[in-house]
Amino acid sequence: MLSCRQNHWFIRKVIWWRAAASIAWSVLLLPVTTALFVVLSRASLFHPIQWISESLSLLCGSYVIFSVLVLTGVILVVGFFNLEYCSVVPSIPCTKIALLGKFLRPYQFVHSVVHCIMGMVVAWCAAVMIGGRYSFLASPCTEEGRATTHQMCLNEHHFFFLMAGAFIGFSYSLLGVVINMDYVSFHTIQQFKYLRFKGALPLVVKCSAVQSLYYLRNYCIAYFFLGYMPRLWICTAMNLKNSSPIALDTVSGLLDFSLLYHLWITGTFLLVTWHNTMLLFKIYITEMCSFPVQSSFSEEAFQCLPTVLTGKQPIVLKFLALQDLSFLSQYSPSRRQEVFSLSQPGGHPHNWSAICKECLSMISDLTQRLTAYHEVVASNGRAKPLSASSDQKSSTSESSGMEEMAKIPRVSAVFQIPASVFQGSSVSSLHGYQTAPFTPEPDSLFTSPVMKHSMGVQRPFSPRYDSVQSPHVTRRGPKLWTSFTESPLNGSPQTPQASRAHVPNPPSTTHTSGFLSQWVHNRHEQVRNFLAKRVLIMYLFNKLPEASSQALFADTQAHIWALEGLSHLVVASYTEDRFGVVQTTFSSILSSMLNLQEAVDKHFKLPHASSKPAWSSYSLEDTTYKTLRFALRAALKTAIYRITSTFGQHLHAVPMSAEHRKRIQQFMEYKE
Amino acid sequence: MFRNNALNLRCVCSPAMCSLALFPPPLPDGQVTLCESNNELISGASLDSAQKQEWDPPCLLFPRDALKSHSRLESSSRAAFLQHRDTLWMRSAGAWRDAGLCGLLNEIASSSEGEIPRWLTVGARFTLALLRWASSFHGYLFPHLTLSNEDMVAEFSQVLDWSDCAVRGFAWHPHTDRFAVALLDDSIRVYNAKSSITPTLKHRLQQGVAALQWKPLCASALAVACRSSVLVWHVDPTSLSTRPSSGCAQVLSHPGHAPVTSIAWSPSGSVLISASPVDTSMMVWDVAAESCVPLQRVGGGVSFLAWAPDGSRMLAATPSPLFRVWETRMWTCERWPCLKGRCQTGCWSPDGTRLLFSVQGETVIYALTFPDAPGESQGRCGGSQAAAVVADLSETSFSGPQGELRVGGEVHSLAWDPRGERLAVLLQGDPPARPAVIAVFKTRSSPIFELLPCGFVKGEAGAEPRLIQFHPHFSSGALLTVCWSNGRISHVPFYFVSSGGVRPGRGGSPPAPLSLGGTVDDGERRLYSELCS
Repeated sequence: MLSCRQNHWFIRKVIWWRAAASIAWSVLLLPVTTALFVVLSRASLFHPIQWISESLSLLCGSYVIFSVLVLTGVILVVGFFNLEYCSVVPSIPCTKIALLGKFLRPYQFVHSVVHCIMGMVVAWCAAVMIGGRYSFLASPCTEEGRATTHQMCLNEHHFFFLMAGAFIGFSYSLLGVVINMDYVSFHTIQQFKYLRFKGALPLVVKCSAVQSLYYLRNYCIAYFFLGYMPRLWICTAMNLKNSSPIALDTVSGLLDFSLLYHLWITGTFLLVTWHNTMLLFKIYITEMCSFPVQSSFSEEAFQCLPTVLTGKQPIVLKFLALQDLSFLSQYSPSRRQEVFSLSQPGGHPHNWSAICKECLSMISDLTQRLTAYHEVVASNGRAKPLSASSDQKSSTSESSGMEEMAKIPRVSAVFQIPASVFQGSSVSSLHGYQTAPFTPEPDSLFTSPVMKHSMGVQRPFSPRYDSVQSPHVTRRGPKLWTSFTESPLNGSPQTPQASRAHVPNPPSTTHTSGFLSQWVHNRHEQVRNFLAKRVLIMYLFNKLPEASSQALFADTQAHIWALEGLSHLVVASYTEDRFGVVQTTFSSILSSMLNLQEAVDKHFKLPHASSKPAWSSYSLEDTTYKTLRFALRAALKTAIYRITSTFGQHLHAVPMSAEHRKRIQQFMEYKE
Repeated sequence: MFRNNALNLRCVCSPAMCSLALFPPPLPDGQVTLCESNNELISGASLDSAQKQEWDPPCLLFPRDALKSHSRLESSSRAAFLQHRDTLWMRSAGAWRDAGLCGLLNEIASSSEGEIPRWLTVGARFTLALLRWASSFHGYLFPHLTLSNEDMVAEFSQVLDWSDCAVRGFAWHPHTDRFAVALLDDSIRVYNAKSSITPTLKHRLQQGVAALQWKPLCASALAVACRSSVLVWHVDPTSLSTRPSSGCAQVLSHPGHAPVTSIAWSPSGSVLISASPVDTSMMVWDVAAESCVPLQRVGGGVSFLAWAPDGSRMLAATPSPLFRVWETRMWTCERWPCLKGRCQTGCWSPDGTRLLFSVQGETVIYALTFPDAPGESQGRCGGSQAAAVVADLSETSFSGPQGELRVGGEVHSLAWDPRGERLAVLLQGDPPARPAVIAVFKTRSSPIFELLPCGFVKGEAGAEPRLIQFHPHFSSGALLTVCWSNGRISHVPFYFVSSGGVRPGRGGSPPAPLSLGGTVDDGERRLYSELCS
């Protein structure tokens, strides 16, 4: 979170200014988009001259200028929210309930409400700029041509616009949560800001137009069914009379093409300005930031790369520092020289040791995280071999040789896709297929019919099994790294399988827990099982596929840079390191990389870790966080290859364990 | 970053530059070039008479007849079925799915009377005419856009006569003795020095392979430029499978980015760049994440890419008379307009400071020098002001035992060996009169850059060269791999001791730039006249 509340020098000196610059540019772009909007809103193909002249005269009018001022305020607010809510590490909900929880958090609520209001303001500006029948909320009632000045009537077109603005604003906020719009990703290549903006602009416009169309459809449906409520409310509140000739919540009212066109243009305008603000903000934030490697003045030492790298907060600073490290290691010989240099009194390689230590600790952190996760999954899925083999057998009987088919059941065995989903995909296990998806037959929700066969007809859900197992389950809980680790309900889908798997060898750990806790556990499990049988709860608490793997690698961009930076520095040291400072840490660098390689390899052997998310080209959704684990794997291999290909036979002289030597040999022979 | 450097193509060339007349005469038919040893090319009666080394790359033969060309189009199977009239809406939906807007309009315009209102038919015809007019105008600006996909690949491929050649692509692995061969039947075979297993890679989308390249600093990834997309195969070197499933291939596609005619991995293995003559933007792919960043510039597409071995710059040739040199740190580019034709091919010296290229319609090789490393001066390519002609390859006749032999012509592709000592040039011939030949130059970069004649590489009787590539790490000199028109792939070693000149930059740390900065100063002859414009 790039929160501005933190009083860190970097936030104050850099992030603030960058955000301010991005907002300034969005404000500067505003008159252009507004002018385009005005011109397009007046479009009439048959009177082009009138169209142009009218638009021009309107552009210089007070309405438009006033609207631009108001819109500037909107941009400022939206920009401020970007600054507050954007983050370089995506938050990935692992279950549906976690996703739901994300909506309901107070600060997200504030976000939605504010965007709702801002949307309404933009729609008001748009209505005023378009003018005509949209100008005012209330107008004197006209009945059969003669104006009755005493009574004011509601102008439903204007009201329709305002509600549309609010709806789009709210949808923008909502969709932002679902597709992680506030995740700031870093590009693989560096480009100047102007070129990046120019490259991304067509996509923004296109996506905004398409998205606006979808919002418009949803809004019309919503207004058709629910529109009378806010209308009634506003009529009562403002003492207006509702007597428009055609009510807009009827089919004939909504089939007004000019209205729909204006609404669509307005929605596009709103989304373009907001998306532009977001785009500029992201471009400015992810711009390279060059930190000095060492400084001759001690008061500037806190800005130097080694110091900045080791700090934990703010996380954006750490990311930018690592990006700079990776960049300097590749492109800047003079700064590399500073990294390899020795301190003047004493002759210690402080710069190198600080950088190397931090990178290595990050790498080993990730290794530990992966190993721990692997342990958890491996112990959870103890039933895996059994179910996998039986499922494979049954599915390959019909579709022999199809690897994809064989994969699906294995996947579900560990990650607990509802069995009904999986039954649909695996053709062979059709027992109870008709009933399972709709009737909540308790067993079939968790276990595939195949499992039932292999386990016999015993009921795996009886509380006795689970109570025996409970210490295991609860002990496993906190290791899951999901956002809902503490929630006792989280583990519920896992319980049945895990417990069944453990039945043959009941663990002795149960004796250590006291009677009371045993009883509590019993109740706990009973509640859990009770809830687990309800479809809705099941649905909400089921893990989203891949989500835990994504969450595990959410901040891996930093590790990728660390690996790149380290490997490039090590390679450069082959020719540039005059004092041999890198050699002192060479073997630990190699061994930590190889350890990570091993952990990553293990992780990718897990089902679901190696499946790719669907890739969509025409959307603003930034899906890079979904594929970070693949990027990490590739970067890690490349880093090791970079070192082995440069040092070649010299690596034999480096002390390392036999296992690592074997692995390195594989890399030297290009067999990985 | 616009630099108005017009290459003067009408300039009078200096008589001292290397020309084909200085070459030893080409071998008569029946003789085959075997290797270079002691500074001269040694020939023999057949390829088998060459001396053996520790590992000889297999000399392969893919006869043209044994390979069935799968030049089936998606729509061509339609002829095999009986005609059946659907309703117009069904047909329209099908046309929309198959051929987009144009197909839909065509379908509506060609519908019979009475099916739909008359004004719809007329409207569709009118729109269609408008579209055709617009596209013909576009085609007038960029003539290559009117070519079919197949012809376009043939036009811009680095393989001579691509459409009729049995071997359509060849790629050495940058680090090990392994290579991949793309064949006419759209399959790719991977040969490995240490194992007898040759995996065959086939994929539904792998059609019309225009180029292939192994990923540097990786054992297994092979990128393939296809008609519709870029495929990245992950060929596990330890696997015993001869037919890796298509699940091993990643498909990188972007709408409007097809056919892909050129691909280039960054030497550090981090990104892959693909180019299509149809698309104005090059795609910078993060292959692991399957995401891409378009690098767009105005113009009619990009036809050829070549990345400098030190990773600092990249050549991007366009189908129009213009090429760009990108600097890969901040991705800005320099424009180099040529007057005569498009840039056909190019190659970089191993240290990335010199670019040789050729222009269509001319029989010379140009050189461009980039004295300073782009790392220090941010966002600048830092090239010299003008290109110099370094070799003249105009037609020359040699008198031989079989009568007069004429050699020379336009350059089709260039290859520079990784030590920077030998330059192989594939010359387009004019088949009956002048055969296509490979001319090999010795290159020297100090005290001045110059090309010295080495000789012509001759294949078996009746075989013309189609594709040339150097082995990336041959220990005792350079090894040139040539694919011939009869489907033969042969390897010609050049044994020499490196003169201690330029060594390839290691892993992205470019060595200090050479002292010969400009083209004019310190005694170097100026090889071209002043700018005429």
